[in-house]
Amino acid sequence: MPLVLTEEQTMLQESAAGFLAESGVKELRRVRDERDPDGFSRDLWKAFAEMGFTGILAPEAFGGLGLGHVEAGVVMEEIGRNLTPSPFLSTAVIGVSALKHASEDRKADLLPRIVAGDLVTALAVDEGAKHNPARTAMSATRSGNGFRLDGKKSFVVDGHVADLMIVAARTAGSTGEQDGLTLFVVDPKTRGVSIERTVMVDAHNAARIDFDGVEVDADAVLGEVDGGWKLLEGVLNAGRAALASEMVGVGDEAFTRTVDYLKQRQQFGRLIGEFQALQHRSAHLWSDLEVTKAAVLKALQMLDEAPDAAAPYVSVAKARAGRTCTLAVQEAVQMFGGIGMTDEVDIGLFMKRGRVGQELFGDDNFHADRIARMASY
Amino acid sequence: MAEDLEAFRKDVRAWLADNCPPEMREPLKDVEDRCWGGRRFKFKNEAQKLWLDRMAAKGWTTPEWPKEYGGGGLSREEAKVLRAEMARINARSPLDSFGIWMLGPALLKYGTEEQKQKFLPPIIRGEIRWCQGYSEPGAGSDLASLQTRAEDRGDHWIVNGQKVWTSYADKADWIFCLVRTDPAAKKHEGISFVLFDMETPGVTTKPIVLISGNSPFCETFFDNVRVEKENLVGTLNKGWDVAKYLLQHERTMIGAMGQAAGVRPLGQIAKSTVGMDGEKLADTLLRTDIARLDVDLMAFKLAMERTTDRIKRGLSDPAAASMLKYYGTELNKRQYELVMSVGGAEALEWESERSRKGDDARTWLRTKANSIEGGTSEVQLNIIAKRILNLPGA
Repeated sequence: MPLVLTEEQTMLQESAAGFLAESGVKELRRVRDERDPDGFSRDLWKAFAEMGFTGILAPEAFGGLGLGHVEAGVVMEEIGRNLTPSPFLSTAVIGVSALKHASEDRKADLLPRIVAGDLVTALAVDEGAKHNPARTAMSATRSGNGFRLDGKKSFVVDGHVADLMIVAARTAGSTGEQDGLTLFVVDPKTRGVSIERTVMVDAHNAARIDFDGVEVDADAVLGEVDGGWKLLEGVLNAGRAALASEMVGVGDEAFTRTVDYLKQRQQFGRLIGEFQALQHRSAHLWSDLEVTKAAVLKALQMLDEAPDAAAPYVSVAKARAGRTCTLAVQEAVQMFGGIGMTDEVDIGLFMKRGRVGQELFGDDNFHADRIARMASY
Repeated sequence: MAEDLEAFRKDVRAWLADNCPPEMREPLKDVEDRCWGGRRFKFKNEAQKLWLDRMAAKGWTTPEWPKEYGGGGLSREEAKVLRAEMARINARSPLDSFGIWMLGPALLKYGTEEQKQKFLPPIIRGEIRWCQGYSEPGAGSDLASLQTRAEDRGDHWIVNGQKVWTSYADKADWIFCLVRTDPAAKKHEGISFVLFDMETPGVTTKPIVLISGNSPFCETFFDNVRVEKENLVGTLNKGWDVAKYLLQHERTMIGAMGQAAGVRPLGQIAKSTVGMDGEKLADTLLRTDIARLDVDLMAFKLAMERTTDRIKRGLSDPAAASMLKYYGTELNKRQYELVMSVGGAEALEWESERSRKGDDARTWLRTKANSIEGGTSEVQLNIIAKRILNLPGA
């Protein structure tokens, strides 16, 4: 598969770019400044559904478009450029990737509602400050006909607005082991679930969730009991690659705005873009972005073509996206100078989103470590 | 289509099994194992010559060049299959050649039919070895300020001047050379691209000893050298266009050098030099450096693929070659800093057989030139700033 978008994918990119630029970065400001209780616009999410974006990964049999991760990544990149607050990642990418493994009945119930923009999902994995799924400690013990969940989750994207949660818990083994994990589909309204919305630096949604003796039926299990690791990794890899694509959008947009600024701002009687010190840093950053774009597109293609071999590509993509986006937003604020420190100018919002994107689903250290582990050194 | 390719793969595999001598499937021991061809080249052994002749007869020393000149006439996909099949049996490159990497693409684009007929077949067969006369003592990064002069004498020119950093000039048979044919014109507009035999009277070469202890480069002097006018490539005084086109190929090639086979994965080498602590390298900081390098090496390989795919789709960026050159050479320097770090004191031995005569150290030193030759990193960044970012005054 050549590392370029097909004609259809380019058309999708154009329509996503046009659609998301309409609401633009001001939508994030609205959500933040109005303290929108949902953290995103329900109307905008409905418009996502009308555009077909909510159903990109959902099979056609359930009302979706039956497209792939490359297409989801195309939309994510435009979300990144506009810093659009939406449940696209949590629901249309991660939710659909997870629920594809549910029973036919459950898929028939849930997927069409996601496609219609009527159902938001959240993945609850992290428990500590740093992403590390193997260290899952939350317990799921057999109880009656089902399981009883006890533990705490954090950094749950869209956790406070989710209609349905996918929760990783330990049915066997001990903390640090990949074996013994199980995924559960949990209704957030179940007794014993308490949710705290955590307002984040980037004004995107996240929550801490406590599970205190939460009883679920046996059919809440997604995949195999004790054998949830592979499924979880697959779902996380879909989320990581999509997020990497969003970060390319964040970094590339911050970079584009910066280069534009270098052509407008004058000091010492000339445009600051004439200074070679800034030219070389900009040219380096452009090169860095080009290399990262290649890595991200490859990861998305691998998820579509050879998902079992995708893991190293996903880690390279997420590690590269983390570092490149971080460099892009830092250079942006520095080159904007004092004005870049003000809330009035958007560039700081890109820096904030970049920081959250770095951390979510493993930062560049986490993924470089995975590369070392996969090569057994 | 895919079936045709599979059939091709089968044929290639069978042919390689029959025709690639076992000696040519062993890893290169040192630089002297490379085959450069040319009139004065001494083959290391019969197998090396056999391998070159067999590959050249198929046109597979230049798989994608047109058949009419002796090339392989393969599609890009077929060439990829050939490379993969050669890699599968660890087959050595049958021929390393500036004629293939640099001059050939320029001749295919700018050469006359007579020039292509005359010069391409001996390149493909490894009979003529070429060198590149570009840099001069006063024209490095500012290449267009070159001073070597060609005076018009009717049917020929008389060339006087000096080139420097001429790779393997002392071993080459012919040179492709930039000369000033109009001293009155602006610096980019009075340059022509000419070809001549290194045995022409008045050509002398003097090797330069480098920090690696090797002498791949020479100073090259021209004292009243006669150059026939039929050996002008492209238009008179428009040699800069040919030079730039060729430089793009050179840059892509230099950028890709760090990706060439032969570098053992550093994570594996480090296991023996620093040891393991459980499942991880005992030196955790070194492990981090290696892991980050592996991430970037893999990403860069994909970036090279993406660039090729974009060019094929007509999406090429005007400075893509500069990006690959800049990023690839900086990455290669970083890689060799780590090679030295992983090798520790063992990598510092300069003459022992253990160290393959200081191979790692010499290569490490050689990589420092990667970001200088073919346009420095700083020049590449200037080109990106100007052609891609359109920054003012760049």
